[in-house]
Amino acid sequence: MSGLEGLYQQIILDHSKARHGDGPLEHAAAEHHEYNPTCGDELTMRIRLDDAGERIEELAWQGDGCSISMASASALVDLMAGRTLEEAGERIDAFRAMLRSQGAGEPDEELLEDAIAFHGVSKYVMRVKCAMLSWVALEACLTEARATRG
Amino acid sequence: MEGMSSDTLGARRVADLRLDFPVFRDAGEHAPAYLDSAATSQRPARVLDAEREYLEHHLAPVHRGASAAVGRSTTLFEDARATVARFVGAGERELVWAENATDALNIVALGMADASAGLGGAEASRFALHPGDELVVVEAEHHANLIPWQRLAARTGAVLRPVRVDARGLWGPAELAAVLSPRTRVVAFAEVSNVTGFLAPVAELVALVRERSPEALVVLDACQSVPHRPSDLAASGVDFAAFSGHKMLGPNGIGGLYGRAELLDALPPARTGGSTITRVTLEHAEFLPAPHRFEAGTQPVSQVVALAEAARYLDELGMAEVARHESALAARMAEAVAELPGVRLIGPPPGEERAGLVSVVVDDVHAHDVGQYLDEAGVVVRVGHHCAQPLHRALGVTATTRASAHVYTTEDEVDRFIDALGGVRRFFGVAGAGEQTGVVA
Repeated sequence: MSGLEGLYQQIILDHSKARHGDGPLEHAAAEHHEYNPTCGDELTMRIRLDDAGERIEELAWQGDGCSISMASASALVDLMAGRTLEEAGERIDAFRAMLRSQGAGEPDEELLEDAIAFHGVSKYVMRVKCAMLSWVALEACLTEARATRG
Repeated sequence: MEGMSSDTLGARRVADLRLDFPVFRDAGEHAPAYLDSAATSQRPARVLDAEREYLEHHLAPVHRGASAAVGRSTTLFEDARATVARFVGAGERELVWAENATDALNIVALGMADASAGLGGAEASRFALHPGDELVVVEAEHHANLIPWQRLAARTGAVLRPVRVDARGLWGPAELAAVLSPRTRVVAFAEVSNVTGFLAPVAELVALVRERSPEALVVLDACQSVPHRPSDLAASGVDFAAFSGHKMLGPNGIGGLYGRAELLDALPPARTGGSTITRVTLEHAEFLPAPHRFEAGTQPVSQVVALAEAARYLDELGMAEVARHESALAARMAEAVAELPGVRLIGPPPGEERAGLVSVVVDDVHAHDVGQYLDEAGVVVRVGHHCAQPLHRALGVTATTRASAHVYTTEDEVDRFIDALGGVRRFFGVAGAGEQTGVVA
Protein backbone atom coordinates (compact mmCIF):
# COMPACT_ATOMS: atom_id res chain seq x y z
CA MET A 1 0.00 0.00 0.00
CA SER A 2 2.73 2.39 -1.01
CA GLY A 3 0.21 4.89 -2.45
CA LEU A 4 -1.63 5.14 0.83
CA GLU A 5 1.61 5.52 2.76
CA GLY A 6 2.60 8.32 0.40
CA LEU A 7 -0.59 10.10 1.38
CA TYR A 8 -0.57 9.32 5.08
CA GLN A 9 3.11 9.89 5.81
CA GLN A 10 4.12 9.24 9.41
CA ILE A 11 4.63 12.95 10.02
CA ILE A 12 1.00 13.53 8.96
CA LEU A 13 -0.34 10.78 11.20
CA ASP A 14 1.73 12.22 14.06
CA HIS A 15 0.43 15.76 13.49
CA SER A 16 -3.16 14.48 13.30
CA LYS A 17 -2.79 13.26 16.88
CA ALA A 18 -0.55 16.06 18.23
CA ARG A 19 -2.79 18.82 16.85
CA HIS A 20 -0.43 21.74 17.57
CA GLY A 21 -2.32 24.96 18.16
CA ASP A 22 -5.61 23.21 18.88
CA GLY A 23 -7.48 25.46 21.29
CA PRO A 24 -8.92 28.92 21.90
CA LEU A 25 -6.98 32.18 21.58
CA GLU A 26 -7.59 35.32 23.62
CA HIS A 27 -7.46 38.82 22.09
CA ALA A 28 -7.42 37.60 18.50
CA ALA A 29 -6.78 40.27 15.88
CA ALA A 30 -8.63 38.20 13.30
CA GLU A 31 -10.79 35.12 13.23
CA HIS A 32 -12.22 33.06 10.40
CA HIS A 33 -14.45 29.99 10.18
CA GLU A 34 -14.17 27.54 7.30
CA TYR A 35 -16.64 24.76 6.53
CA ASN A 36 -16.44 21.99 3.96
CA PRO A 37 -20.06 21.03 3.22
CA THR A 38 -19.13 17.87 1.35
CA CYS A 39 -17.64 16.20 4.41
CA GLY A 40 -18.77 18.38 7.32
CA ASP A 41 -15.24 19.30 8.36
CA GLU A 42 -15.00 22.69 10.02
CA LEU A 43 -12.34 24.84 11.56
CA THR A 44 -12.03 28.27 13.15
CA MET A 45 -8.63 29.97 12.88
CA ARG A 46 -7.58 32.82 15.17
CA ILE A 47 -4.42 34.93 15.03
CA ARG A 48 -2.88 37.46 17.43
CA LEU A 49 -0.40 40.02 16.07
CA ASP A 50 2.52 41.88 17.63
CA ASP A 51 2.11 45.52 18.67
CA ALA A 52 3.13 46.77 15.22
CA GLY A 53 0.51 44.57 13.59
CA GLU A 54 3.23 43.15 11.32
CA ARG A 55 3.90 39.71 12.72
CA ILE A 56 1.82 36.69 13.79
CA GLU A 57 2.59 36.43 17.48
CA GLU A 58 0.39 33.42 18.03
CA LEU A 59 -2.17 31.43 16.07
CA ALA A 60 -4.61 28.75 17.19
CA TRP A 61 -7.55 26.83 15.81
CA GLN A 62 -10.52 24.80 16.88
CA GLY A 63 -12.17 22.29 14.60
CA ASP A 64 -13.16 18.82 13.72
CA GLY A 65 -12.32 16.80 10.65
CA CYS A 66 -10.34 14.06 8.99
CA SER A 67 -6.72 13.29 9.77
CA ILE A 68 -5.51 15.25 6.73
CA SER A 69 -7.31 18.46 7.73
CA MET A 70 -6.32 18.19 11.39
CA ALA A 71 -2.69 17.35 10.62
CA SER A 72 -2.50 20.18 8.12
CA ALA A 73 -3.72 22.69 10.71
CA SER A 74 -1.15 21.39 13.18
CA ALA A 75 1.71 21.68 10.66
CA LEU A 76 0.48 25.14 9.71
CA VAL A 77 0.82 26.35 13.28
CA ASP A 78 4.42 25.11 13.48
CA LEU A 79 5.28 26.87 10.24
CA MET A 80 3.53 30.21 10.79
CA ALA A 81 4.15 31.25 14.39
CA GLY A 82 6.37 34.36 14.39
CA ARG A 83 6.07 35.03 10.65
CA THR A 84 5.25 38.44 9.20
CA LEU A 85 1.95 38.70 7.33
CA GLU A 86 3.89 38.78 4.06
CA GLU A 87 5.94 35.69 4.90
CA ALA A 88 2.77 33.85 5.88
CA GLY A 89 1.03 34.84 2.66
CA GLU A 90 4.00 33.67 0.60
CA ARG A 91 3.89 30.26 2.34
CA ILE A 92 0.14 29.89 1.81
CA ASP A 93 0.67 30.54 -1.91
CA ALA A 94 3.44 27.93 -2.04
CA PHE A 95 1.33 25.38 -0.18
CA ARG A 96 -1.60 25.92 -2.53
CA ALA A 97 0.65 25.58 -5.59
CA MET A 98 2.02 22.32 -4.18
CA LEU A 99 -1.47 20.92 -3.61
CA ARG A 100 -2.56 21.86 -7.12
CA SER A 101 0.46 20.11 -8.64
CA GLN A 102 -1.22 16.67 -8.88
CA GLY A 103 2.01 15.13 -7.68
CA ALA A 104 4.26 16.95 -10.12
CA GLY A 105 7.37 18.96 -9.33
CA GLU A 106 9.35 19.39 -6.16
CA PRO A 107 7.84 21.35 -3.29
CA ASP A 108 9.83 24.28 -1.86
CA GLU A 109 11.21 22.80 1.35
CA GLU A 110 12.92 26.05 2.34
CA LEU A 111 9.56 27.81 2.41
CA LEU A 112 7.30 25.00 3.58
CA GLU A 113 9.58 22.94 5.86
CA ASP A 114 7.68 19.92 7.27
CA ALA A 115 4.52 20.92 5.40
CA ILE A 116 6.06 19.39 2.25
CA ALA A 117 4.77 16.10 3.68
CA PHE A 118 1.41 17.11 2.20
CA HIS A 119 2.80 16.95 -1.34
CA GLY A 120 1.34 13.43 -1.58
CA VAL A 121 -2.15 14.79 -0.98
CA SER A 122 -1.99 16.60 -4.33
CA LYS A 123 -2.47 13.26 -6.11
CA TYR A 124 -5.83 12.78 -4.39
CA VAL A 125 -8.09 15.48 -5.83
CA MET A 126 -10.89 14.68 -3.39
CA ARG A 127 -8.59 15.39 -0.43
CA VAL A 128 -6.97 18.67 -1.50
CA LYS A 129 -9.75 20.63 0.18
CA CYS A 130 -9.07 18.79 3.44
CA ALA A 131 -5.43 19.87 3.45
CA MET A 132 -6.31 23.45 2.44
CA LEU A 133 -9.00 24.00 5.09
CA SER A 134 -6.81 25.66 7.75
CA TRP A 135 -4.63 27.45 5.22
CA VAL A 136 -7.65 29.07 3.58
CA ALA A 137 -8.88 30.08 7.05
CA LEU A 138 -5.50 31.67 7.85
CA GLU A 139 -5.48 33.45 4.50
CA ALA A 140 -8.84 35.03 5.37
CA CYS A 141 -7.43 36.06 8.77
CA LEU A 142 -4.46 37.74 7.06
CA THR A 143 -6.81 39.66 4.76
CA GLU A 144 -8.84 40.78 7.73
CA ALA A 145 -5.71 41.77 9.66
CA ARG A 146 -4.38 43.82 6.72
CA ALA A 147 -7.74 45.57 6.35
CA THR A 148 -7.71 46.49 10.03
CA ARG A 149 -4.11 47.69 9.79
CA GLY A 150 -5.14 49.90 6.88
CA MET B 1 -30.97 -14.81 6.27
CA GLU B 2 -27.95 -16.71 7.56
CA GLY B 3 -26.94 -19.63 5.43
CA MET B 4 -28.85 -18.30 2.46
CA SER B 5 -26.68 -18.24 -0.63
CA SER B 6 -26.21 -14.92 -2.32
CA ASP B 7 -24.16 -16.16 -5.25
CA THR B 8 -27.29 -16.87 -7.27
CA LEU B 9 -30.12 -14.57 -8.17
CA GLY B 10 -33.16 -16.44 -9.41
CA ALA B 11 -32.09 -18.75 -12.20
CA ARG B 12 -28.78 -16.94 -12.71
CA ARG B 13 -25.39 -17.03 -11.05
CA VAL B 14 -24.33 -13.54 -9.99
CA ALA B 15 -20.94 -14.20 -11.63
CA ASP B 16 -22.72 -14.66 -14.99
CA LEU B 17 -25.06 -11.76 -14.49
CA ARG B 18 -22.07 -9.47 -13.96
CA LEU B 19 -21.04 -10.11 -17.56
CA ASP B 20 -24.14 -8.16 -18.61
CA PHE B 21 -22.41 -5.05 -17.21
CA PRO B 22 -19.52 -3.71 -19.33
CA VAL B 23 -17.83 -2.18 -16.29
CA PHE B 24 -17.46 -5.60 -14.65
CA ARG B 25 -17.04 -7.63 -17.84
CA ASP B 26 -14.12 -5.49 -19.02
CA ALA B 27 -12.39 -5.06 -15.66
CA GLY B 28 -11.98 -8.80 -15.10
CA GLU B 29 -11.16 -10.31 -11.77
CA HIS B 30 -9.26 -7.37 -10.41
CA ALA B 31 -12.15 -4.94 -10.56
CA PRO B 32 -12.58 -2.86 -7.43
CA ALA B 33 -15.54 -3.92 -5.31
CA TYR B 34 -18.16 -1.33 -6.25
CA LEU B 35 -20.22 -0.85 -3.10
CA ASP B 36 -21.68 2.57 -3.85
CA SER B 37 -24.81 1.51 -5.75
CA ALA B 38 -27.08 3.36 -3.32
CA ALA B 39 -25.60 6.51 -4.84
CA THR B 40 -25.47 5.41 -8.48
CA SER B 41 -25.86 1.93 -9.92
CA GLN B 42 -23.96 0.47 -12.85
CA ARG B 43 -25.83 -0.17 -16.12
CA PRO B 44 -26.14 -3.36 -18.16
CA ALA B 45 -25.14 -3.18 -21.82
CA ARG B 46 -28.73 -3.68 -22.98
CA VAL B 47 -29.80 -0.48 -21.19
CA LEU B 48 -27.01 1.46 -22.91
CA ASP B 49 -27.90 -0.26 -26.21
CA ALA B 50 -31.57 0.70 -25.88
CA GLU B 51 -30.63 4.33 -25.49
CA ARG B 52 -28.26 4.23 -28.44
CA GLU B 53 -30.77 2.34 -30.62
CA TYR B 54 -33.36 5.03 -29.97
CA LEU B 55 -30.89 7.82 -30.71
CA GLU B 56 -29.57 6.18 -33.88
CA HIS B 57 -32.87 5.11 -35.41
CA HIS B 58 -35.89 6.71 -33.76
CA LEU B 59 -34.90 10.17 -32.55
CA ALA B 60 -37.77 12.60 -33.10
CA PRO B 61 -39.93 14.87 -30.97
CA VAL B 62 -42.85 13.41 -29.03
CA HIS B 63 -46.46 14.62 -28.75
CA ARG B 64 -46.15 17.30 -31.45
CA GLY B 65 -46.26 17.49 -35.22
CA ALA B 66 -47.80 14.98 -37.58
CA SER B 67 -44.97 12.93 -39.07
CA ALA B 68 -44.68 9.16 -38.86
CA ALA B 69 -41.35 9.66 -37.09
CA VAL B 70 -43.07 11.63 -34.35
CA GLY B 71 -45.67 8.89 -34.12
CA ARG B 72 -42.99 6.21 -33.62
CA SER B 73 -41.07 8.27 -31.10
CA THR B 74 -44.25 9.07 -29.18
CA THR B 75 -45.24 5.40 -29.11
CA LEU B 76 -41.81 4.42 -27.73
CA PHE B 77 -42.05 7.20 -25.14
CA GLU B 78 -45.51 6.21 -23.92
CA ASP B 79 -44.82 2.47 -24.11
CA ALA B 80 -41.84 3.10 -21.86
CA ARG B 81 -44.14 4.88 -19.42
CA ALA B 82 -46.47 1.89 -19.39
CA THR B 83 -43.54 -0.47 -18.76
CA VAL B 84 -42.12 1.54 -15.87
CA ALA B 85 -45.61 2.18 -14.44
CA ARG B 86 -46.28 -1.57 -14.38
CA PHE B 87 -42.89 -2.12 -12.78
CA VAL B 88 -43.68 0.18 -9.84
CA GLY B 89 -47.36 -0.73 -9.59
CA ALA B 90 -48.84 2.49 -10.93
CA GLY B 91 -51.49 3.24 -13.53
CA GLU B 92 -50.11 4.77 -16.73
CA ARG B 93 -51.69 8.12 -15.96
CA GLU B 94 -50.18 7.94 -12.50
CA LEU B 95 -46.54 8.13 -13.58
CA VAL B 96 -45.01 11.53 -14.32
CA TRP B 97 -41.49 11.75 -15.71
CA ALA B 98 -39.15 13.79 -13.54
CA GLU B 99 -35.41 14.34 -13.62
CA ASN B 100 -34.90 12.17 -10.56
CA ALA B 101 -36.47 11.55 -7.13
CA THR B 102 -35.36 14.98 -5.91
CA ASP B 103 -37.15 16.62 -8.80
CA ALA B 104 -40.24 14.48 -8.26
CA LEU B 105 -40.50 15.53 -4.61
CA ASN B 106 -40.08 19.15 -5.64
CA ILE B 107 -42.96 18.82 -8.13
CA VAL B 108 -45.25 17.90 -5.23
CA ALA B 109 -43.97 20.54 -2.80
CA LEU B 110 -43.94 23.33 -5.38
CA GLY B 111 -47.39 22.31 -6.63
CA MET B 112 -48.68 22.64 -3.08
CA ALA B 113 -47.03 26.05 -2.82
CA ASP B 114 -48.85 27.13 -5.99
CA ALA B 115 -52.14 25.80 -4.61
CA SER B 116 -51.50 27.71 -1.39
CA ALA B 117 -51.06 30.87 -3.46
CA GLY B 118 -54.49 30.30 -4.99
CA LEU B 119 -53.40 28.79 -8.31
CA GLY B 120 -55.17 25.77 -9.76
CA GLY B 121 -58.72 26.76 -8.92
CA ALA B 122 -61.15 25.02 -6.62
CA GLU B 123 -59.84 21.54 -7.44
CA ALA B 124 -56.38 22.50 -6.16
CA SER B 125 -57.70 23.85 -2.86
CA ARG B 126 -57.22 20.43 -1.27
CA PHE B 127 -53.46 21.09 -1.50
CA ALA B 128 -53.58 24.63 -0.09
CA LEU B 129 -51.74 25.10 3.21
CA HIS B 130 -52.55 27.67 5.85
CA PRO B 131 -50.47 29.07 8.72
CA GLY B 132 -50.33 26.51 11.49
CA ASP B 133 -50.83 23.50 9.23
CA GLU B 134 -48.25 20.83 9.94
CA LEU B 135 -45.73 19.03 7.71
CA VAL B 136 -44.29 15.87 9.21
CA VAL B 137 -40.83 14.72 8.11
CA VAL B 138 -38.51 12.13 9.59
CA GLU B 139 -35.22 13.22 11.12
CA ALA B 140 -33.49 10.50 9.05
CA GLU B 141 -34.63 11.86 5.69
CA HIS B 142 -32.33 12.58 2.78
CA HIS B 143 -32.14 16.35 2.22
CA ALA B 144 -34.22 15.81 -0.94
CA ASN B 145 -37.20 14.83 1.21
CA LEU B 146 -36.58 17.55 3.79
CA ILE B 147 -35.60 20.83 2.17
CA PRO B 148 -38.58 21.02 -0.25
CA TRP B 149 -40.85 20.76 2.81
CA GLN B 150 -38.84 23.38 4.71
CA ARG B 151 -39.31 25.74 1.76
CA LEU B 152 -43.01 24.91 1.52
CA ALA B 153 -43.40 25.71 5.23
CA ALA B 154 -41.58 29.01 4.77
CA ARG B 155 -43.82 29.94 1.84
CA THR B 156 -47.10 29.11 3.55
CA GLY B 157 -46.66 29.56 7.29
CA ALA B 158 -47.02 25.82 7.84
CA VAL B 159 -44.93 24.25 10.61
CA LEU B 160 -42.41 21.43 10.22
CA ARG B 161 -42.87 18.63 12.77
CA PRO B 162 -39.95 16.16 12.89
CA VAL B 163 -40.26 12.47 13.71
CA ARG B 164 -37.29 11.75 15.98
CA VAL B 165 -34.95 8.79 15.56
CA ASP B 166 -33.28 6.71 18.28
CA ALA B 167 -29.55 6.23 18.91
CA ARG B 168 -29.33 3.78 15.99
CA GLY B 169 -31.14 6.15 13.64
CA LEU B 170 -34.39 4.14 13.75
CA TRP B 171 -38.02 5.15 14.14
CA GLY B 172 -41.45 3.58 13.77
CA PRO B 173 -45.19 3.96 14.23
CA ALA B 174 -44.88 5.10 17.87
CA GLU B 175 -42.51 7.95 16.97
CA LEU B 176 -44.77 8.96 14.07
CA ALA B 177 -47.90 8.82 16.24
CA ALA B 178 -46.23 11.24 18.66
CA VAL B 179 -46.26 14.05 16.07
CA LEU B 180 -49.42 13.36 14.02
CA SER B 181 -52.37 15.68 14.59
CA PRO B 182 -55.58 16.70 12.83
CA ARG B 183 -53.58 19.60 11.38
CA THR B 184 -51.02 17.36 9.71
CA ARG B 185 -51.19 17.94 5.95
CA VAL B 186 -48.09 16.11 4.72
CA VAL B 187 -46.24 13.06 6.03
CA ALA B 188 -42.98 12.49 4.14
CA PHE B 189 -40.65 9.55 4.70
CA ALA B 190 -38.37 7.14 2.87
CA GLU B 191 -39.37 3.53 2.41
CA VAL B 192 -35.69 2.62 2.81
CA SER B 193 -33.24 4.93 4.59
CA ASN B 194 -30.18 5.65 2.47
CA VAL B 195 -28.02 5.66 5.62
CA THR B 196 -29.45 3.14 8.08
CA GLY B 197 -30.99 0.60 5.68
CA PHE B 198 -34.16 0.76 7.80
CA LEU B 199 -37.26 -0.53 6.01
CA ALA B 200 -40.28 1.55 6.94
CA PRO B 201 -43.47 -0.48 7.52
CA VAL B 202 -45.34 1.51 4.87
CA ALA B 203 -48.81 -0.08 5.16
CA GLU B 204 -48.86 0.29 8.94
CA LEU B 205 -47.66 3.88 8.79
CA VAL B 206 -50.21 4.82 6.11
CA ALA B 207 -53.03 3.32 8.20
CA LEU B 208 -51.86 5.33 11.20
CA VAL B 209 -51.81 8.55 9.19
CA ARG B 210 -55.32 7.93 7.82
CA GLU B 211 -56.63 7.36 11.35
CA ARG B 212 -54.95 10.30 13.08
CA SER B 213 -54.59 12.83 10.28
CA PRO B 214 -57.32 12.39 7.66
CA GLU B 215 -56.25 15.58 5.83
CA ALA B 216 -52.65 14.46 5.36
CA LEU B 217 -50.99 13.39 2.12
CA VAL B 218 -48.43 10.60 2.43
CA VAL B 219 -45.33 11.24 0.32
CA LEU B 220 -42.94 8.32 -0.06
CA ASP B 221 -39.30 8.65 -1.06
CA ALA B 222 -38.98 5.31 -2.85
CA CYS B 223 -35.61 5.89 -4.52
CA GLN B 224 -33.85 3.30 -2.31
CA SER B 225 -36.71 0.79 -2.52
CA VAL B 226 -37.95 0.74 -6.14
CA PRO B 227 -34.53 -0.45 -7.44
CA HIS B 228 -34.18 -3.18 -4.84
CA ARG B 229 -37.51 -4.78 -3.92
CA PRO B 230 -40.97 -5.41 -5.34
CA SER B 231 -43.02 -2.22 -5.51
CA ASP B 232 -46.76 -1.84 -5.73
CA LEU B 233 -47.20 1.85 -5.17
CA ALA B 234 -50.93 1.96 -5.85
CA ALA B 235 -51.56 -0.87 -3.39
CA SER B 236 -49.27 0.68 -0.77
CA GLY B 237 -51.84 3.40 -0.11
CA VAL B 238 -49.40 6.31 -0.35
CA ASP B 239 -50.49 9.44 -2.19
CA PHE B 240 -47.21 10.27 -3.92
CA ALA B 241 -43.92 8.46 -4.40
CA ALA B 242 -40.59 9.38 -6.00
CA PHE B 243 -37.81 7.32 -7.56
CA SER B 244 -34.65 7.79 -9.68
CA GLY B 245 -33.54 5.97 -12.83
CA HIS B 246 -29.82 6.03 -12.13
CA LYS B 247 -30.23 3.95 -8.97
CA MET B 248 -32.16 1.22 -10.83
CA LEU B 249 -29.59 0.35 -13.51
CA GLY B 250 -30.96 3.14 -15.72
CA PRO B 251 -29.79 6.52 -16.98
CA ASN B 252 -29.12 9.75 -15.14
CA GLY B 253 -31.55 12.59 -15.69
CA ILE B 254 -34.71 10.51 -15.55
CA GLY B 255 -36.91 9.48 -12.66
CA GLY B 256 -40.54 9.16 -11.78
CA LEU B 257 -43.25 10.71 -9.69
CA TYR B 258 -46.11 8.42 -8.79
CA GLY B 259 -49.35 10.06 -7.68
CA ARG B 260 -52.90 8.83 -7.31
CA ALA B 261 -54.65 9.90 -10.52
CA GLU B 262 -57.23 12.13 -8.85
CA LEU B 263 -54.47 13.95 -6.98
CA LEU B 264 -52.19 14.42 -9.99
CA ASP B 265 -55.10 15.79 -12.03
CA ALA B 266 -55.70 18.45 -9.36
CA LEU B 267 -52.13 19.36 -8.38
CA PRO B 268 -51.01 22.61 -10.04
CA PRO B 269 -48.00 22.15 -12.35
CA ALA B 270 -45.19 24.19 -10.81
CA ARG B 271 -43.18 24.17 -14.04
CA THR B 272 -45.16 25.28 -17.03
CA GLY B 273 -44.61 25.64 -20.75
CA GLY B 274 -45.12 23.80 -24.00
CA SER B 275 -46.87 20.41 -24.04
CA THR B 276 -48.63 20.87 -20.70
CA ILE B 277 -51.69 22.77 -21.87
CA THR B 278 -55.08 22.55 -23.52
CA ARG B 279 -56.06 26.16 -24.30
CA VAL B 280 -53.82 29.20 -24.04
CA THR B 281 -54.72 32.85 -24.42
CA LEU B 282 -52.52 35.86 -23.76
CA GLU B 283 -53.95 36.06 -20.25
CA HIS B 284 -54.56 32.47 -19.28
CA ALA B 285 -53.63 28.80 -19.70
CA GLU B 286 -55.54 25.62 -19.01
CA PHE B 287 -53.67 22.42 -18.33
CA LEU B 288 -53.92 18.85 -19.54
CA PRO B 289 -54.72 16.09 -17.10
CA ALA B 290 -51.84 14.09 -15.63
CA PRO B 291 -49.27 13.04 -16.50
CA HIS B 292 -48.65 15.52 -19.31
CA ARG B 293 -49.62 18.61 -17.34
CA PHE B 294 -46.29 18.22 -15.49
CA GLU B 295 -44.04 17.49 -18.47
CA ALA B 296 -43.17 20.93 -19.75
CA GLY B 297 -40.81 21.32 -22.67
CA THR B 298 -38.84 18.73 -24.59
CA GLN B 299 -38.59 15.49 -22.65
CA PRO B 300 -35.51 13.26 -22.18
CA VAL B 301 -36.92 10.59 -24.48
CA SER B 302 -33.80 8.46 -24.92
CA GLN B 303 -33.38 8.23 -21.15
CA VAL B 304 -37.05 7.28 -20.77
CA VAL B 305 -36.64 4.49 -23.32
CA ALA B 306 -33.50 3.21 -21.58
CA LEU B 307 -35.16 3.36 -18.17
CA ALA B 308 -37.92 1.08 -19.45
CA GLU B 309 -35.20 -1.37 -20.57
CA ALA B 310 -33.71 -1.26 -17.06
CA ALA B 311 -37.15 -2.00 -15.61
CA ARG B 312 -37.52 -4.98 -17.98
CA TYR B 313 -34.07 -6.25 -17.00
CA LEU B 314 -34.90 -6.06 -13.28
CA ASP B 315 -38.32 -7.59 -13.89
CA GLU B 316 -36.73 -10.56 -15.63
CA LEU B 317 -34.41 -11.09 -12.67
CA GLY B 318 -37.45 -10.91 -10.40
CA MET B 319 -37.63 -8.23 -7.74
CA ALA B 320 -38.38 -10.69 -4.96
CA GLU B 321 -35.14 -12.48 -5.84
CA VAL B 322 -33.28 -9.16 -6.02
CA ALA B 323 -34.51 -8.29 -2.52
CA ARG B 324 -33.56 -11.71 -1.18
CA HIS B 325 -30.07 -11.50 -2.70
CA GLU B 326 -29.39 -8.04 -1.30
CA SER B 327 -30.86 -8.78 2.12
CA ALA B 328 -28.57 -11.80 2.39
CA LEU B 329 -25.55 -9.62 1.55
CA ALA B 330 -26.67 -6.96 4.04
CA ALA B 331 -27.10 -9.57 6.76
CA ARG B 332 -23.62 -10.88 6.01
CA MET B 333 -22.16 -7.37 6.28
CA ALA B 334 -24.13 -6.45 9.41
CA GLU B 335 -23.09 -9.61 11.25
CA ALA B 336 -19.43 -9.22 10.32
CA VAL B 337 -19.31 -5.50 11.14
CA ALA B 338 -20.84 -6.12 14.56
CA GLU B 339 -17.86 -8.38 15.35
CA LEU B 340 -15.22 -5.79 14.48
CA PRO B 341 -13.67 -4.01 17.47
CA GLY B 342 -13.99 -0.23 17.41
CA VAL B 343 -16.58 -0.25 14.63
CA ARG B 344 -20.16 0.86 15.29
CA LEU B 345 -22.99 -0.37 13.07
CA ILE B 346 -25.71 2.22 12.36
CA GLY B 347 -29.30 1.09 11.80
CA PRO B 348 -30.97 -2.24 12.55
CA PRO B 349 -28.81 -4.61 14.65
CA PRO B 350 -27.71 -7.94 13.14
CA GLY B 351 -30.60 -10.36 12.85
CA GLU B 352 -33.13 -7.63 12.11
CA GLU B 353 -34.36 -6.96 8.60
CA ARG B 354 -32.45 -4.31 6.66
CA ALA B 355 -32.13 -3.22 3.06
CA GLY B 356 -28.92 -4.00 1.17
CA LEU B 357 -26.64 -1.46 2.76
CA VAL B 358 -24.70 -0.85 5.96
CA SER B 359 -23.27 2.35 7.40
CA VAL B 360 -20.61 2.34 10.09
CA VAL B 361 -18.64 4.63 12.33
CA VAL B 362 -15.02 3.64 12.98
CA ASP B 363 -14.01 4.95 16.39
CA ASP B 364 -11.21 7.54 16.31
CA VAL B 365 -10.93 7.52 12.51
CA HIS B 366 -12.76 10.06 10.36
CA ALA B 367 -15.01 8.59 7.65
CA HIS B 368 -12.97 10.25 4.89
CA ASP B 369 -9.83 8.50 6.11
CA VAL B 370 -11.77 5.22 6.28
CA GLY B 371 -12.94 5.74 2.70
CA GLN B 372 -9.42 6.55 1.51
CA TYR B 373 -8.05 3.40 3.10
CA LEU B 374 -10.82 1.24 1.61
CA ASP B 375 -10.34 2.84 -1.81
CA GLU B 376 -6.67 1.92 -1.74
CA ALA B 377 -7.72 -1.64 -0.80
CA GLY B 378 -9.92 -1.79 -3.91
CA VAL B 379 -13.24 -1.24 -2.17
CA VAL B 380 -15.41 1.64 -3.37
CA VAL B 381 -17.73 2.95 -0.65
CA ARG B 382 -19.42 6.25 0.14
CA VAL B 383 -18.24 8.44 2.99
CA GLY B 384 -19.78 11.63 4.29
CA HIS B 385 -23.17 12.67 5.57
CA HIS B 386 -25.01 11.05 2.63
CA CYS B 387 -27.22 14.15 2.30
CA ALA B 388 -28.68 13.43 5.73
CA GLN B 389 -27.07 15.93 8.09
CA PRO B 390 -29.90 15.97 10.67
CA LEU B 391 -29.64 12.18 11.00
CA HIS B 392 -25.88 12.34 11.51
CA ARG B 393 -26.32 15.10 14.08
CA ALA B 394 -28.81 12.86 15.91
CA LEU B 395 -26.23 10.05 15.82
CA GLY B 396 -23.58 12.40 17.18
CA VAL B 397 -21.24 12.07 14.19
CA THR B 398 -20.40 14.26 11.21
CA ALA B 399 -19.94 11.43 8.74
CA THR B 400 -20.33 7.69 8.25
CA THR B 401 -18.97 5.08 5.85
CA ARG B 402 -21.57 3.26 3.76
CA ALA B 403 -21.35 0.07 1.69
CA SER B 404 -24.34 -0.70 -0.51
CA ALA B 405 -25.22 -3.66 -2.72
CA HIS B 406 -27.15 -4.21 -5.95
CA VAL B 407 -28.05 -7.14 -8.17
CA TYR B 408 -24.42 -7.58 -9.29
CA THR B 409 -22.82 -7.48 -5.85
CA THR B 410 -21.03 -10.65 -4.76
CA GLU B 411 -20.25 -12.24 -1.43
CA ASP B 412 -16.57 -11.86 -2.28
CA GLU B 413 -17.02 -8.10 -2.64
CA VAL B 414 -18.70 -7.64 0.73
CA ASP B 415 -16.05 -9.90 2.32
CA ARG B 416 -13.32 -7.69 0.86
CA PHE B 417 -15.09 -4.71 2.41
CA ILE B 418 -15.19 -6.38 5.81
CA ASP B 419 -11.54 -7.47 5.61
CA ALA B 420 -10.38 -4.00 4.66
CA LEU B 421 -12.57 -2.34 7.30
CA GLY B 422 -10.92 -4.55 9.89
CA GLY B 423 -7.51 -3.06 9.04
CA VAL B 424 -8.45 0.60 9.31
CA ARG B 425 -7.83 1.19 13.01
CA ARG B 426 -4.42 -0.43 12.94
CA PHE B 427 -3.30 1.61 9.94
CA PHE B 428 -4.24 4.87 11.64
CA GLY B 429 -2.59 3.79 14.86
CA VAL B 430 -5.71 3.76 17.03
CA ALA B 431 -6.19 -0.01 17.45
CA GLY B 432 -6.05 -1.10 21.07
CA ALA B 433 -3.50 -3.63 22.30
CA GLY B 434 -4.55 -7.13 21.34
CA GLU B 435 -7.21 -5.80 19.00
CA GLN B 436 -7.60 -8.33 16.24
CA THR B 437 -7.33 -6.59 12.91
CA GLY B 438 -7.98 -7.61 9.37
CA VAL B 439 -5.36 -7.79 6.67
CA VAL B 440 -5.57 -5.93 3.43
CA ALA B 441 -4.56 -8.05 0.48
